[in-house]
Amino acid sequence: MTLHIVNKSPFETNSLETCLRLARSGHCVLLFEDGVYGASKGTRFEALLTEAMQNCKIHVLLPDFEARGMKADNLIAGIETVDYLGFVDLVTASERVQSWL
Amino acid sequence: MEEGGGVTKKFLYVNRKAPYGSIYALESLEVVLIGAAFEQDVSLAFIDDGVYQLKKNQSTDGIGMKNFSPTYNALGDYDINKIYVDKDSLEQRGLSLDDLMNLTYEDENDNYAEKPSISLVNSEELAALMEQQDVVLSF
Repeated sequence: MTLHIVNKSPFETNSLETCLRLARSGHCVLLFEDGVYGASKGTRFEALLTEAMQNCKIHVLLPDFEARGMKADNLIAGIETVDYLGFVDLVTASERVQSWL
Repeated sequence: MEEGGGVTKKFLYVNRKAPYGSIYALESLEVVLIGAAFEQDVSLAFIDDGVYQLKKNQSTDGIGMKNFSPTYNALGDYDINKIYVDKDSLEQRGLSLDDLMNLTYEDENDNYAEKPSISLVNSEELAALMEQQDVVLSF
């Protein structure tokens, strides 16, 4: 399994879009730092995320989400939260980590 | 296995930034060339604005920066000849293969015939390529 990590807001760069275009079925995606904005409900990326979740599991680093004034109930349904230890678990469970700068 | 017991791994360098607005492209090229000394199985991918790195006819005389694009021509001499360009990214920017530098290598298994290093790939091919790698380095 490949873990894709995205740390930029989807409004700033197309990193999230390209990541989701190239991620394969069964891969995991983790949104962190400014990447967490992609996980919130009601943005123009919500449909893209919802569609991606049919094939991939999407996680968000909750401390980064909360730091930006959002709570778990602002997340798009189906996105899973992780803490720092959960991040480490995802990395160790993956064959490779692909960073989308 | 290489001399000294080293293991050969598959390395993919993913390039997604345009060449002069940030340091990513130059740094990537430096790392690729340094890494070439370690005789690994290296591939390069150019996606999104990264495709601009391979544009022909770059001329930096007016901006006081080094034009490092000729360095890509040296990659073939370092046995780096698997250069993959995302077709969608190229098309979205109004470019085609003809707009890119003609990067080549000499195939030692074919009487040193000169062959193109660049392949255009679609999303599915690129995704498959990424999944074959031991290490993916992003720039």
